[in-house]
Amino acid sequence: MLLREVEYARPGTIEDALAILGSNPNARALAGGQTLINVMKARAAAPDVLVDLNGLDELRTIGIGGDGSLELGAMATYSSIMQSPEVHSTRPVIAEVAGMIADVQVRNRGTIGGNVCTGDPTNHFPPLMVALGAEMTVRGPDGERSVPAEEFFLGVYMTQAGPGELLTRITVPAPDGQGDGFAIVPIGRDGTAIVLAAACVRANGTIQEARVALGCVDAVPVRASELESRLAGSDPAESAVREAAKGVAASLDPPSDVHASADYRRHLAEVVAARAVVGAAGKVRR
Amino acid sequence: MSAQPVTSAFVTVTVNGTTYEREVDARRLLVHFLRDDLDLTGTHIGCDTGNCGACTILVDGQNVKSCMLLAVQADGAEITTVEGLAGDGELTPLQEAFSASHALQCGYCTPGMLISATALLRQNPSPTEDEIRKALQGNICRCTGYVNIVEAVQAAAKGGE
Repeated sequence: MLLREVEYARPGTIEDALAILGSNPNARALAGGQTLINVMKARAAAPDVLVDLNGLDELRTIGIGGDGSLELGAMATYSSIMQSPEVHSTRPVIAEVAGMIADVQVRNRGTIGGNVCTGDPTNHFPPLMVALGAEMTVRGPDGERSVPAEEFFLGVYMTQAGPGELLTRITVPAPDGQGDGFAIVPIGRDGTAIVLAAACVRANGTIQEARVALGCVDAVPVRASELESRLAGSDPAESAVREAAKGVAASLDPPSDVHASADYRRHLAEVVAARAVVGAAGKVRR
Repeated sequence: MSAQPVTSAFVTVTVNGTTYEREVDARRLLVHFLRDDLDLTGTHIGCDTGNCGACTILVDGQNVKSCMLLAVQADGAEITTVEGLAGDGELTPLQEAFSASHALQCGYCTPGMLISATALLRQNPSPTEDEIRKALQGNICRCTGYVNIVEAVQAAAKGGE
């Protein structure tokens, strides 16, 4: 399909990229392009300028910070995350989830920064980043700021990385006696999510602390706070976790569509939340 | 490639061992560049929405869908299309296996299937059936001939692609 006419730039530095984004009101950052190019074909997006971030090698790095945290460059592809020894040694759930997205070709191009900045409510990484307590580093003309993942997502397709800004890095804290879990009911294997949940659990015989985030039930990831407080001090066995999850989705107002009614999504939210918690509890490393 | 916004640019790409230099519009998709500018029509356009995988090519060794890349993004890249798999008219063991196993009916998905399976076998010379199916997830066969396709990849792996 022929795209609408567009200008293209491939800057070699973050400063140059920010300058072009800042001086063109209808400029868009092009990361992996596995969403943006398609919405441009459909004319659902019609940027005047594409600022290709693929020349910015400094955004592709995956490393361990001084405090042991995992630092993911925004342009790290799903494939590079799946193969990263740093991810596997700190937060293997991130590699596991990267491998559930779409297909090999998409994973070879698609990036974690693109996944979170698209702000699509069905995307995998936003709830996972919320559950893991990640920090998003956003760079703009006035410098850098750090935004907790929980505050990063503002609405459907809207995040704290605003016009003229770039997400540069995602920092995931080093695990401290926690295990992580993820559960999803997708449309077909590795397809778009109907409902998903991510959990980060600290346990030692009993659950000490759990962070659980749900996806596809609202415009942005939702913390399952009621479930989290019920789980504190409770048994990590599946039957106990399923019991704790009962009714926690009653207050949610998820969308209804051809794939699932709101009621069914509420039901699934409790199911996947319990699965994510049980999975996380089973992966606690002592 | 220009660090400042341009509506067209000169790109230099190596496709199947031949280096091409062409001026392209920024809005041109890589698949159209390959098919219409370079006349390499082995790369197919199936869905044009990034789902079907018929347009799959290797860019710097990785299989990607060429309908979700701009031609200007390929500047400096090394590309392999289905035309570049067979050297000197000799089919690769994978191509031979596709023929022997009847792994194509209409053949429309075949270029993409061959590229994705080639990428798989380079990374993982002895894949399990599940690994093959997972590797070909991004390639849709509308004739639903998946069983024979998977068998062909298994046969090629045994024969040492």
